[in-house]
Amino acid sequence: MIRTLPNSRAYTWSFHVFVILYFVFLFAPLLVTCVLAFNDSNFPSLPWNGGTLDWFFSPGPQRVGIFHDAQNLRSILVSFQTAVIVSVLCVVVGTCAAFAFEQETFPFKNLLYFLMLAPLVIPGVILGISQLLGATTAGMFFETHFDLDIAIFRPSFWLVVLGQFSFITTFVALVVSARLRKFDRSLEEAALNLGATRFQVIRFITLRFLRPAIIGAGAVAFLMSFENFNTTLFLVGSQPTLPINLYLQVRDGSTPVINAISFLLIVGTSCLALVNLYFSRKEA
Amino acid sequence: MKTSRLSLWIFLSPVLMWLVLLIVLPHLDLFIMSFRAKDEYGRMGFSLQNYVHFFEEPIYWLTFVRTAVYSVITTFFTFLLAMPVAFYIVKVVRPKYKGFLMVLLLLPFWVSELVRVYGWMILLRESGVVNFFLLKLGIVDAPLKMLYTDATMIMGLVYTSMLFMVVPVISVLESLDDSLIEAASDLGGSKISIWREIILPHCKPGITSGAIVVFMLSLGNYLTPNLMGGKNSLWFTEQIYNQFIASFNWNQGAAFGFLLLLLSSGIIWAGLKLSRVKLGEVAS
Amino acid sequence: MEIDLSVKNCVKSFGSFLAVDDVTFDVPQGSFFSILGPSGCGKTTLLRMVAGFEEPTSGTIMIRGRDMRGVLPNRRPANLVFQHLALFPMMTVAENIAFGLRRRKVAAPERKRRTEDILERVGLPGYGGKRVDQLSGGQKQRVAIARCLVLEPLVLLLDEPLGALDLKLREQMKVELKKLQAKVGTTFVYITHDQSEALVMSDVVAVMNKGRFEQMGSPQDLYHAPETPFVARFVGENNVWAGRVEKVGEVVAIKTDEGFVFSAKSQSPLTVGDRADLFLRPEAMRIEPREPAGLNTFSVSVRAILFDGAASRLLTATDSGHELMVALPQNRRFDHIAPGQTITVGWHPESGVCFPAVNPAAAADAGGARP
Repeated sequence: MIRTLPNSRAYTWSFHVFVILYFVFLFAPLLVTCVLAFNDSNFPSLPWNGGTLDWFFSPGPQRVGIFHDAQNLRSILVSFQTAVIVSVLCVVVGTCAAFAFEQETFPFKNLLYFLMLAPLVIPGVILGISQLLGATTAGMFFETHFDLDIAIFRPSFWLVVLGQFSFITTFVALVVSARLRKFDRSLEEAALNLGATRFQVIRFITLRFLRPAIIGAGAVAFLMSFENFNTTLFLVGSQPTLPINLYLQVRDGSTPVINAISFLLIVGTSCLALVNLYFSRKEA
Repeated sequence: MKTSRLSLWIFLSPVLMWLVLLIVLPHLDLFIMSFRAKDEYGRMGFSLQNYVHFFEEPIYWLTFVRTAVYSVITTFFTFLLAMPVAFYIVKVVRPKYKGFLMVLLLLPFWVSELVRVYGWMILLRESGVVNFFLLKLGIVDAPLKMLYTDATMIMGLVYTSMLFMVVPVISVLESLDDSLIEAASDLGGSKISIWREIILPHCKPGITSGAIVVFMLSLGNYLTPNLMGGKNSLWFTEQIYNQFIASFNWNQGAAFGFLLLLLSSGIIWAGLKLSRVKLGEVAS
Repeated sequence: MEIDLSVKNCVKSFGSFLAVDDVTFDVPQGSFFSILGPSGCGKTTLLRMVAGFEEPTSGTIMIRGRDMRGVLPNRRPANLVFQHLALFPMMTVAENIAFGLRRRKVAAPERKRRTEDILERVGLPGYGGKRVDQLSGGQKQRVAIARCLVLEPLVLLLDEPLGALDLKLREQMKVELKKLQAKVGTTFVYITHDQSEALVMSDVVAVMNKGRFEQMGSPQDLYHAPETPFVARFVGENNVWAGRVEKVGEVVAIKTDEGFVFSAKSQSPLTVGDRADLFLRPEAMRIEPREPAGLNTFSVSVRAILFDGAASRLLTATDSGHELMVALPQNRRFDHIAPGQTITVGWHPESGVCFPAVNPAAAADAGGARP
């Protein structure tokens, strides 16, 4: 049953085998994707024709490696810019939300808290279309009343930022709140007692305590933004992000360049994940 | 602790802006837009036409029902797979492997959903890796059609949402004292009765929050059904996408979006009521 | 008398570590048997082997003459009351108690009758409908015991169940547990690191250290005639002198390192010139004895009065600074004693026990584990 009870050999071994199969299931698609990025073939499939780095470095014209593929490189850059801006915005507003909901009292607090949790249960596609509708309505409002044409209300880079910000902030707020709840408020009281102002207290005591949670939440926000598809799909303008760009390529047929990009993504996110995990372990 | 009003406003104003401008107003707009349509003279006005249209066209409401049913099936299979894995990691495996297995378990989910789906595509399609081996080993004579079927799509959805079931179940299992299982065994309990009367009742809150998140994610998923399911737009999010991007009928799309939102909140509400768990607990 | 639990040459090793080292004992039917030892001495492992959660590496465990090897915990006629009780929080009190009966497919009316009956017997009539978290610590205790007793086990195993209670309740539960055992007549095997629990409740106590039984006997035997230095240190309070043996025989003479010469009895063979430790209970020392003939007498100075009602003691020191505890009877005869005074104490050679000296590390082990 459990490790402290006597178990039959058959029970334990069938459990081991089950979990091994589960992990094979979990990693098979990722491993295959990575391996086929190095296959010397024009299609991401077997048989194995020997290794090559063409899909990373080849300058063309037959094979264009990822590092010479202007379109994909541009989308990576767009995704990167989006993710940086979104994660900074989310961390700032999410931390404010954590402070507001954990430490302050104000009317309609429960209603607002419920609203803050709402993005967790709204499907991403719906967040996308409502952002699109809301922005368009706002754009029309400004155009008819003030005769202003504001670009960010049309599908564009900034609308993507706003759309992703609208739900990733919730995750940041939850992570920071959880850490803030563990904070011993008598430390703040002690600092106030020693003559610090409220903002000095927050800057020197509370924020320092929250730092690991804020960094972790920032990393998660970065990744969520970088990889977001459902919401971005409806808001993207002339600058597609990497997931959108990849989706369009995957839908229309695939080349090992996609494997090469996937390989870089897998390696990159795994490193980020391990670093984040390491820091969260240290915190705990 | 008594705090100043100034700090409250500094924290609360960005949060209010976020919640009002990016959550409340866009969804109100979605709601309003769904009740607007052109009348026979081509003027926009209040109308129930978008909803009438939904019920009159079987393709729409059938897709809606199909999406809901398949999401329930996905949630169920995710639970069936996640429960033993979580139990193994928390209660069966030797503690020294636990941390390593946790890292291994979480790692794939940091990688973009698109990459994971792409991995399944190159594994399962007719020229894919699995068929290559099946042919090579002489198990089949002609490649099997595995991609673009409902079963594969459900497997893809299970794979994608696995994490959101495993993590909450692991955290409730962590809080289950081993001595409860030992006591039940000592009092004569068989494996089945221990599962039914001790483990599952204890895990109910974690299973509920996992099931809610998995259900919602499947319902709102676009990528997996689009890339792994059949080609004829049989997931409801695809219908929404078509209305918005292909037919450019935003009002119809808004009505669909609102219906999907209603379905997901309805099922979440029912899930919370049945299991007596609060939304805040699900979030944490 | 029938033997309910019989353990023979039981050994349990984890890798190279011997948790239980060749333990043998019999528990007669209807008795209260305690295993007393510091944490890590192997008593929990021993109990878990009897319950069936661990298999012995070698040796046999028999319950009412039946060999338990290979019998799963849920098939053994022995039930365990867990250290933290392990009441099922998802069930009511009655459901907790009926859990085992349901597993045995006892019919519903019979189940209900037996549940109510056992609740009555542990003094919780009408508590069946309550949730576990509505109970107090002592009530939870009784439900945990009732949950096992309802199955009418031959042996009830208890794993320090009083450990989580506060002091006052623990004192009360000791008495209650003893009374309950006498009433139901089930054989109890109780493990604890608290010597007072073991002494108050048990018919027989086994003192366990480093996987072995040091001594097994009635609480009085353990207290008055410890057979090993470990038992002398672990059970009750003792003053210790280190010294050298001067004379052997019926009564040994020992010269302590500070120069006193005492006569005392010896538990193990000593030869003249050996290093030895002398153990003496605080209450064996009489303050200002009226008839000092035949007693070992010496004088000490009073450092402090440790007033604790009936357990009051004097903290005293000899001229060379060796601290000794002396019992202070509360019969008003010694009210005049004040810190700083010098008093004479005397003790009968029968009350002091000598053992060959042990190395200081082992002594520290035993001393550190004393609660």
